[in-house]
Parts: sequence; structure tokens; C-alpha cells
Amino acid sequence: MNFELSEEQELLQETVRGFFESECPVTRLREIYDNDEPFDASLWKGLVELGLAGIAIPEQYGGAGLAALDLAVVAETLGFCAAPGPFLGHSLAGFAIATGGSDAQKEKWLPRLASGDALGTVAFGESAGWQPENWTLDAAGGALSGGKQAVLFGAEADVIVVGTANGGLAVVESGAGVSAEAVDNSDRTRRLADLTFDKAPCEILAGDAASRTRDLGLVLLAADAFGGATRLVEMSVEYAKTREQFGVTIGHFQALKHQLANMALDVEPSRALYWYAAHALDEVPDEAERTAAVAKAHISDRFMQVGRDAVEAHGGYGFTWECEVQVWFKRAMFDRAYLGSPSTHRTRAAQLAGWDAA
Amino acid sequence: MDLSYGPEYDDYRKQVQSFLAANWPLTGADAELGLREQAVVFRKRAIAAGYLGRNIPKAYGGSEQPLDVLQAQILREEFTNVRAPMEQPGIGTMMLVPTLLERGEEWMKEKWVESSILGETLWCQGYSEPGSGSDLASLQTRGELVGDEWVINGQKIWTSSAHNADFMFALIRTEPDAGKHAGISYLLIDMKQPGIEVRPLKMMSGAADFNEVFFDDVRTPKDWIVGKRGEGWTVSRTTLKHERNSIGNAAQVKLQFDALVRLAKETGRIHDPGVQQTLGEIEGYVLAHQYTGYRQLSADTHGKSVGIVQMMNKLHSTNIGHQFAAAALEFIGDDSLLSAGTRLAGRAPHDHSAWVGQYMWSLGVAVAGGTANIQRNVIAERGLGLPRDAAADRSASK
Repeated sequence: MNFELSEEQELLQETVRGFFESECPVTRLREIYDNDEPFDASLWKGLVELGLAGIAIPEQYGGAGLAALDLAVVAETLGFCAAPGPFLGHSLAGFAIATGGSDAQKEKWLPRLASGDALGTVAFGESAGWQPENWTLDAAGGALSGGKQAVLFGAEADVIVVGTANGGLAVVESGAGVSAEAVDNSDRTRRLADLTFDKAPCEILAGDAASRTRDLGLVLLAADAFGGATRLVEMSVEYAKTREQFGVTIGHFQALKHQLANMALDVEPSRALYWYAAHALDEVPDEAERTAAVAKAHISDRFMQVGRDAVEAHGGYGFTWECEVQVWFKRAMFDRAYLGSPSTHRTRAAQLAGWDAA
Repeated sequence: MDLSYGPEYDDYRKQVQSFLAANWPLTGADAELGLREQAVVFRKRAIAAGYLGRNIPKAYGGSEQPLDVLQAQILREEFTNVRAPMEQPGIGTMMLVPTLLERGEEWMKEKWVESSILGETLWCQGYSEPGSGSDLASLQTRGELVGDEWVINGQKIWTSSAHNADFMFALIRTEPDAGKHAGISYLLIDMKQPGIEVRPLKMMSGAADFNEVFFDDVRTPKDWIVGKRGEGWTVSRTTLKHERNSIGNAAQVKLQFDALVRLAKETGRIHDPGVQQTLGEIEGYVLAHQYTGYRQLSADTHGKSVGIVQMMNKLHSTNIGHQFAAAALEFIGDDSLLSAGTRLAGRAPHDHSAWVGQYMWSLGVAVAGGTANIQRNVIAERGLGLPRDAAADRSASK
């Protein structure tokens, strides 16, 4: 019986956190927030040098060959740091190709993704929804046409894994037949673009890669949300220990103490939920899909709620652009909506449990 | 991560299962005994087999097994599956026995430890008073040493099982001139004597599990004191360390959630998309609670701490209990007009009034063993490092 992170996983988290503390302190984060340049190439290069571009890509293709849980603990730390950049989409693209690609397809793309030479992303969003059953794009004859919404760094990505009709996946390289229009999205650490494909050359991936990639995405969003939510609790507690009113720090007041205790209580138990959901992806296939849905719904909701509470705990300052809370608040809005809302995944979880049958 | 217990534990589980198959339920003449006597007979066998009384020395009637969190968990699971009794449940086994083992005199351990875990001796706890709830150390029940006996006067309240108990362990003010905390002693009191009056306290649900206990010149021997005079407060705190029910509680929460889903199916409400959302929201908390239980079990096994989440068990499960009760009230519709525990034949295939009781009882749980607001203080102060409550600080330093 062992339900703890390994020393290697803890070290991985420390390394990533140390990198962001030195390379992307809050001052730098604020520059990125106020900057119109959407993609910080130097930060991504730093993460690539740490090996984060290929954590879950098999070793024979230049990755580290680690598990979903390893990706998830990195995602937690990135959420804690509000890390700007394309980790989520890039990781999902690599996973989709590693899961559904032929040997030739893996050989073609995975080494480039693992080394960071190519930037990957996934294009799952459509107006009808994010889930494989919602997808409509036609990839017949190796030519992809149609539109996708809210693609993570869609304008910058080189390799795009696109959801197609009947829950399929197709890989497209940016260039001929692919056009991107930037979206003015509120989370400025993770920029989005709408993509239009016009007979773009594509290759089809096999098997159930689509739903498994979606499930991994849900777990990584849950982990990110957990990391972000813990940071908001920490920031609110720090503020209560320094801000003074009536001659004492406001952390003396029981009303605020209880609010902060409730925030911590709402967040902390869900650490084990995202761990288990990540563990299940690799080790408990029967439970993986449903647990990923529950984890994403629950933890992104907690992040959003704690975001509202953190604004309140910072008083009028909390409502300003200057206050750092807004950075995480908008990460919460992203984590909540991306790949489908909490209610979407609760409905899926209910169906998967057969609650509605008979 | 590895959530299996491993092959040596699979063997252990099989041994426990075959022990239970052979010994519970009792057979022959033993099966004719009263329920309480049957439990005593079974517990003696389980102690001899090393399955109960594991953290209690053999000298005091335990089986003195090495600490093994996973074996303990397997025993809980297997005993629960066949509804076999474990150590006598309640305050005697949970609170008094560990206190005696740590702070009691030799003769006390010999006299009471074995009979308490077997269930031959039943205890109640005399802590709270009408004027002393969260501020427990302000308690006023007096004990005066007259000759070789303490003479006790005053009143306790919220005393579970006082009407059945043989003895009470109580916090009594014996040093009126000492400070608030330093004036309290931990006394043991025979409940079957004149001067003790137990009055049941009817709860809003109509049931009466609690009592008021009045003391009018009640007597107890001079040496029925655990720790020295004035050490009662610290003696009572040693017991709190022993309170651990993380994983057992997590399994319980999951079972209750399953019952709630069954209720939604029975009542047909499950087809309402809003009901599915409600259940889904609650399930997020339930699974978080359950996997936190795994995490705690794993950390206990390896002698590690899980940090702040350890302080959250009670409040988290209390909150979940509120959500269960509120959802159930919605699902049972007009049956929520019934009194708790009403049984009307033919009215419904299931006894929905039990859920009314659960709705009311979920409020009691929020208060029992430290109110939810006190739990929030603990999380804020010890967990998050926020300043201590000023009023509590002042009274503690008196």
C-alpha cells in the first residue's frame, strides 16, 4: 500500500517550482499579462531544457517515458505558479500520437515534440461541445476541413491533433490549409486561437486515442486547478497576516479566519482526488474515464469558488488589476471551461455510472 | 503508487476470514446467550487470536500486537463485512482505556482495561456542563476531599449512555483556588450509587441518546484519580491524540453516498438532470474524502504526516453529511413532513422517515466532539498559522 508521491515526483515538483521562482517571478508574470506578445519563447525553452516537453513520450522517441501521474504533478506545480505557456496542449498532442499513432507516425512526430523542436497542441473545441461525440470535422481522403474553437496556442503550434467526426483524431501540420485567428481570452497565461482548416493535409490516428487524450486533459486540468487553488489559499492567508485594520492584522478576526479555514477545507482534500484520477489513467482502466470526469468537475469548481473567496479576502484591492489574485482567478475560469464545464462532466459521470438506466 | 496491500496481507486477510467463518456468529449453547454476553464470548476468542485488543498489553487483557496499520484496516473491513463485534464501541474503549494505559495507576489498568474492551464494563464521559461547552475548562462541578473520599456536587450534560454506564470518567474542579485549567482533576465515579440522577435529554428528532447527570453529594474513593490533583486537563488532552478514524470514516461516507443514490433511484428522482448534478457535486466531495483516507492510511503505514488535511477529517465529513441530508430531504418529497422514524405500513415501500432523522442528526454531528466553528479555529490557527483567538489566549494564561 503506497498512496504518496515518490521522491522523484516530489523532486520534479521542486525543480519546476524553482525554475518558475527564478525565471518567472510575479514581476515577470505581470509583464506577460500586460504584454501583447502571446507566447514567451524563452520560458518554454527553459521548460524544454528541463525535459518537460516529453515527460510522457516513450523513451525510444526521446521522451522520459513517465506516467500520467508524473504529468499531473507537473501540472499541479504549473497551476501553483500560474505558469504561462503551452504545456497542456503540447503534452496532450504527444500523448494522442503515442497512444493512437502507427510506428511511422510516432517516428515522424514524437521525437520533434519530445525535443521541443516542434510545438504541439490539440484542437477539440467546437460550438457543439468538446467531447469526441460532439465533433463534426471531416477528414476523409486525408484532407481536413472545418473549424475548431479555442485551441491552446493554436496560432503558434506546429503540430495540431484535431478531433474529427465520430470521435476520430487527425494530425495536421501548420501551414497550407490552416489559418488561425487569435482569441482575446481572459487567461493571458494560456492564449487561445480559433483555427480554420481548408483541405489541410492530415493523417488519421487509430483506436480510442481521442477519449483517452480527453481524459488525460481532464486530469491535467484538475491538477492545475488544485495547484492554483492552493496558491490562492496561501495568498489569502499571507494577506490576512500582513494587512492591518483596527490596529491588528486582519487575520485576528474570527470571521476571516473561518472564511480562510473553509477555503482550505474546500481545496486540500481534493489533492488525493487528482492523484487517484491520474493513477487510474494508467493503472485502473475501469475507473479512469469516470474518475477523470469527477475530478475535473469537482476541482475546477473548487478553484473557481476559492477564486471568488480570495478576491473577497483581499478586500477592495482584490478587485483590482494590480492584485495578483486576478491572474489565478482567470486561470480558474479557464480550467473550469476548457474541455467542458463541470456540469457537462457530471452528466457524463452520471451516465457512466448508469444512474439514469431503468 | 500501489494501492494493493501486497501478498503477505492477502494471506492475513484469508486467515481473518477463516477465523470469522469459524467463530461468528456463535453456535451451540453460546448462541443462546444474550447479545451482550455473546459479544464478550466472541471478543475473548478474537483477543486470543490476536485480532482485537492489539494495542493493549497482554498483562491487561489485550493481545499486544506490533503496530500494523494495514492489518488493522483489514480487520475493520472483514469484521464489518460479517457484522462481527470489534472492541466494545464507545467512549470507554476510545477514550478511557488509552488514558489509563498512558496515565493510570497499575491497579486501575488491571481493574478496568480488559473489562472495558470486552464490554463487561460500560463507561460514560463527564466533560460538558450547561455553562461549559466550547469553553470546557470553565467547568464548575466541584469535588471536595472529605476523609478518604471525594464528595462531588454539580451537573454534567450531553452525557451519552449515562443511563447504561457502570462508571463515569469526569473532569471535576477540585482546586477552586488554582487557575482555570490547573483546578481540574480527572476522577472516576461509580454511576450506581445514591446521589446520581440521570435525566434523558430528548433531541429534536424525538430520540434520547444524551442525558443530564446531576451529582448530589456523590462519593468516590480518594485514589480514583488519574494523574495528580489539578492535572485533569492535561490528562484529558492525552486522550485526544488517540482519536483516529480517518479510513473507517471514509468508508462510511462512501456507503452513505451509495444509499443516497439508491434513494434517488427508488423515488424516481434520479431521472431529473438537476438531481444528477446534485449527486455529482456531492460525489466530488465523497471521492476526495475517500482518497484522502487512502492517503492517510498510506502515510500512517509509513510513519509520515499528511499535514493540514489531518485536521480536516471531521469537518469535511460533517459538511458531506449536511449535503446528504439536504439532498435526501429533497428526494423524499412529502415524506419529509413525517416525524423522524415514523413507520407507516403501506405508505411507501421504503422507510423514508429515517432520512428525516438523518437530516436532524446531521446537525448534532456538527456539534458533537467539538463544534464545527471550533474545528475551523483549529484549521485556521494550527493549520494555516493565523493568530490565536484573543479571548481563548487570555483565559488559557490565567
